[in-house]
Amino acid sequence: MNVPADLKYTKSHEWIRIDGDTAIIGITEHAQSELGDVVFVELPEPGRVLQAEETLGSVESVKTVSDLYAPMAGEVVEVNGALTGQPELVNSDSMGEGWMVKLKMNDASDADGLLDAAGYEAVLADA
Amino acid sequence: MPYIPHSEEDRKEMLKTIGVDRIEDLFVEIPDDLRLKAPLNVPEGLDEYKLFGHLNELASKNMSASDAVCFLGAGIYDRYIPAVVGALISRGEFLTAYTPYQPEASQGYLQTIYEFQTMVAELYGMDLANASMYCGATAMAEGALMACSIKRRSQVVVSEAVHPHYRQVLETYCSPMDVEVKTIPALASGREESLDLVTEEAACLILQQPNFFGMITDIKAAREVCDRTGSLLLVSADPTAAGLLPTPGELGADIVTGEGQPLGIPMGLGGPLLGLFACRREYARQIPGRIVGRTHDEQGRLGYTMTLRTREQDIRRERATSNICTNEALMALAATVYMSAVGKNGIRSVAESTVQNTQYAISRLTEAGARIKYKGSVFGEFVLSLPIEASQVRDELHKRGILAGLPLGEYFEGEEHSLLVAVTEIRTKDEIDWFASELASVLDNEENDLWLVGASLDQSRVQVRQADGHVDARSVETIEKVTVTKSNWSIKDQFGLEMQFTDGALAEIHEEDTAGFEAVMAALSKQLEGWDEEWYEKVVYPPFEKNAAVVFERV
Amino acid sequence: MTTRTVPTPKPIFEKSRPGRIGCNIPVADTPKVDLAAAVGETRDSVAWPEIGELDLVRHFTNLSQINYGIDTGFYPLGSCTMKYNPRINEQTAALPGFARLHPMQPEESIPGAIEVMLGVQDFLKEITGFDEITMQPVAGAHGELTCLMMIKAYHESRGEGDQRNIVLVPDSAHGTNPASAARCGYKVKSVPTDAEGNTDIEALRAVMDETVAAFMVTNPSTLGLFEPHIKEICDLVHEKGGQVFCDGANMNAMVGVTRPGDHGFDCMHLNLHKTFSTPHGGGGPGCGAIGLQSHLEAFMPAPLVTRGAVGEPVLDDDRPQSIGRVSSFFGQFLMAVRALTYLAAYGSDGLPEIARHAVLNANYIKARLKDVLPPAHDRPCMHECILTAKEYKKYGVRALDISKRLIDLGFHPPTNYFPLIVPECMMIEPTETESKETLDEFCDAMIQICTEAREDHELLINAPQKQVVGRLNEAEAVKNLDVKWQADR
Repeated sequence: MNVPADLKYTKSHEWIRIDGDTAIIGITEHAQSELGDVVFVELPEPGRVLQAEETLGSVESVKTVSDLYAPMAGEVVEVNGALTGQPELVNSDSMGEGWMVKLKMNDASDADGLLDAAGYEAVLADA
Repeated sequence: MPYIPHSEEDRKEMLKTIGVDRIEDLFVEIPDDLRLKAPLNVPEGLDEYKLFGHLNELASKNMSASDAVCFLGAGIYDRYIPAVVGALISRGEFLTAYTPYQPEASQGYLQTIYEFQTMVAELYGMDLANASMYCGATAMAEGALMACSIKRRSQVVVSEAVHPHYRQVLETYCSPMDVEVKTIPALASGREESLDLVTEEAACLILQQPNFFGMITDIKAAREVCDRTGSLLLVSADPTAAGLLPTPGELGADIVTGEGQPLGIPMGLGGPLLGLFACRREYARQIPGRIVGRTHDEQGRLGYTMTLRTREQDIRRERATSNICTNEALMALAATVYMSAVGKNGIRSVAESTVQNTQYAISRLTEAGARIKYKGSVFGEFVLSLPIEASQVRDELHKRGILAGLPLGEYFEGEEHSLLVAVTEIRTKDEIDWFASELASVLDNEENDLWLVGASLDQSRVQVRQADGHVDARSVETIEKVTVTKSNWSIKDQFGLEMQFTDGALAEIHEEDTAGFEAVMAALSKQLEGWDEEWYEKVVYPPFEKNAAVVFERV
Repeated sequence: MTTRTVPTPKPIFEKSRPGRIGCNIPVADTPKVDLAAAVGETRDSVAWPEIGELDLVRHFTNLSQINYGIDTGFYPLGSCTMKYNPRINEQTAALPGFARLHPMQPEESIPGAIEVMLGVQDFLKEITGFDEITMQPVAGAHGELTCLMMIKAYHESRGEGDQRNIVLVPDSAHGTNPASAARCGYKVKSVPTDAEGNTDIEALRAVMDETVAAFMVTNPSTLGLFEPHIKEICDLVHEKGGQVFCDGANMNAMVGVTRPGDHGFDCMHLNLHKTFSTPHGGGGPGCGAIGLQSHLEAFMPAPLVTRGAVGEPVLDDDRPQSIGRVSSFFGQFLMAVRALTYLAAYGSDGLPEIARHAVLNANYIKARLKDVLPPAHDRPCMHECILTAKEYKKYGVRALDISKRLIDLGFHPPTNYFPLIVPECMMIEPTETESKETLDEFCDAMIQICTEAREDHELLINAPQKQVVGRLNEAEAVKNLDVKWQADR
């Protein structure tokens, strides 16, 4: 599994790219492979304010629904509209074109509490 | 018992393989105090011959539409069922299949459901239909809750002209979800009095086409209101009428539900039925129940499978779009065979014959002494105003082998004189004539309680009972003219004496009670046969205007 | 697979030719009317197929030939009770004295129908041990919903409606349980199953308080195991003022042997299409009778079919505390006719044989397959056995692959991946109506497949091969939603 070192992770298999006070969120390669063919991604309205760990959307495969959780508190500034028509991007490029939400973090230091690549690899090893 | 094939030898071998001595040993996990010690207190088993005899005896105690002529409707109709329907749905491969969760072994059923969805969507003029719901009532209630979740609102507005049972089920479904149900009055004219109750709080407006009283609903007007308030428009539509009338879809419905029983399903005391459910494509992800879609296998062959599965209870559990699992697949198959058998021209013919028979029945039954309660176009069903209580007519005609219709007094206060009559394509001219002549004879034989308003009249004298109980009788021969309005009536005799009765005389008829008034008029006109009848503003729908009057004058 | 290799028929719309018709429709003999004057505006013609009667019969007959049913072969679908559907039931249900009754006929004209409903209710009262039965719910999930609505009304009548807003369901529950609870406005909390496969009583004790409206228990559980502490569980819930609902999907294991009404349950639903042999019909109609104890009686849906003071049949619509009407009329009446036919055929002596042989058959399969597919819990099972195929994962084979291979060997697969708590789950319910030879053939096939899984797993991965289609692209079915035939598609 590809677990890039420059990203942060959660136990619930989201990856987070920190860029200043913005967090870009998607699901990991491991998560997409467990789900199988992604057929629908439900994303929040831009402008929505989220608490940490609040459900921000869901990813559906043919027979599974998996919730997405906000890794930290913040406001949704952009969502990946391309996923509406091409949800398969989550499978083909989960860390790139398959990104889901851009969040303006309330507090950039919240990112410090997230897993790093090594920590996430340990989570995967336990699974 | 033929249903359990085990021989003594089989049991022995199986127990040996399992490693126990007796079948009872397999039940060790049931605590002893919970095990039944005595045999069940039920009758002994019957052999197949006696069994059929027993059930046949129970069946023969009922008066079915095979024994009587059925003019009962109210959502369930005695229609023609092509022989192919029963023959094809009783094929074991269909009858004894389970839900097609294994598509490779269920292509036959899946294809029929796909065809069903296509034909239902086409019938209603909608983008898509699901694989069925339980019945018309629950389909409508599910549609209402779907509208609430789409609109994130917790109020629905329903017309009083929607089937009372459907409204009851709607209430039952909405109440635990804290969804408020508001009802638009429709009893006065047989149609929604106004759509003003629909506001920005309403998730949806629910109408019926044709409505419970048989009347054709103005869906376009409702669409305009819903556009203003951002509410969805849900129409519960009869499938036969939908074969003739402009489709709910083209008139602007967002969700269309209905009872599919008229599509080749026996009345069966109202079960099993077939809930139809169709909606616009944009709501596909919110739809309750199963949907079948077409796709391909790895070799590129076309195949069918259940789709949008993540909406359903077995995957999404408490967040599913509905709790429905089992639906009415076999009834949907019956409808698919029916729709294919009657086809494009047949459904039109069924609907047109229905209209034709209905119009004939209206003319014959009104000649027999009844009146049509509501003014306006009807499809297949109408409300009669009778001079005597409708339940009395129903009971009397039942004795004569006619299921005359549904007395509305059972559902609406003050409607004791109203009878809902349905006429399908299979009713013949002879049957309708017979109904009319039996109705006429019932009405003739009855002591018409014409003067329930405060007076009574027969061929020889007029009895006037005033509000204070005083009774004044005079020979009918002396009466020249009777004038009746809603609040006032008068008798003028040959000596020029005019008796005015205000207030008290007609007090027993409620201000809005057009039916009560009409019933009086119907009976009066019958008894003053040979008199010239002139209606000022004949019947004014509603509200009954104060100056409207009926005048009878001796010719 | 016993279905014949016939090509998938084209969609019926592609067989349509203008001017054909598939039945001989009655035409009105009343005077013609001016349609526009009678009903106003009319629609364009309905684009339903135009097809002759023989071609119509062939279309649906050919479709039936590529569909699997109990009548064509063994159908060990766990939790679904795919038993033989006796043909006499179809014959009695088709009697015009039942099939051609209008639901709003005067009560005096349907005494035989009321006796049918009372007859089924009497049987079910005795079999389940409940005080009252109604058949107005039309399916299992509908019965669950009805029971929860009654429970809600009961709590409201005691002034505890607002406080009790949680329904507990085991982690092994059918999806309908939490979905029905949600449809009743409840929040759902899950109760874990312990290592033996029973309800984790300590965990239940920890969540059971005065906010809980009900605990929904499937007994025997979806693991095919009888809940041995069921009385204790019911007591525990009752102590905190909650109600206990029994999901009766697995009643087939208990008929004539033990009664849920004696276990401490307050109410339950039954699936007459499972236990009492009414046909599944490809996913419905069901028939969801419910049973309940007398303290819930006031809240039952109206109208009720009941007996009066001297035992006379009565339709009781005067029920001020009722939750209201839950379906259009009296429920699935013609299914009640079938169920009565079935119950009356068995009678007092025969009924216990249902559960005894259902349990015998399930334990036999479990014993024969235990070396290749171990049971999730090594205990005597009830009417179904839950096996796990997890050891085949290392060969790249999932439970679903075993199932698909079974189709090619002529059997309908068991239920897969349910209950959710058993990895690579295969849930096998043979029912009492299968003979030893059928069970042996099935077990032989399973053993063969397990060998293939180790030695030649491609056979499984690529299965099924002998059907009209192979595994379908379900992602395509969702993304390119095609649920309605269109001429240009």
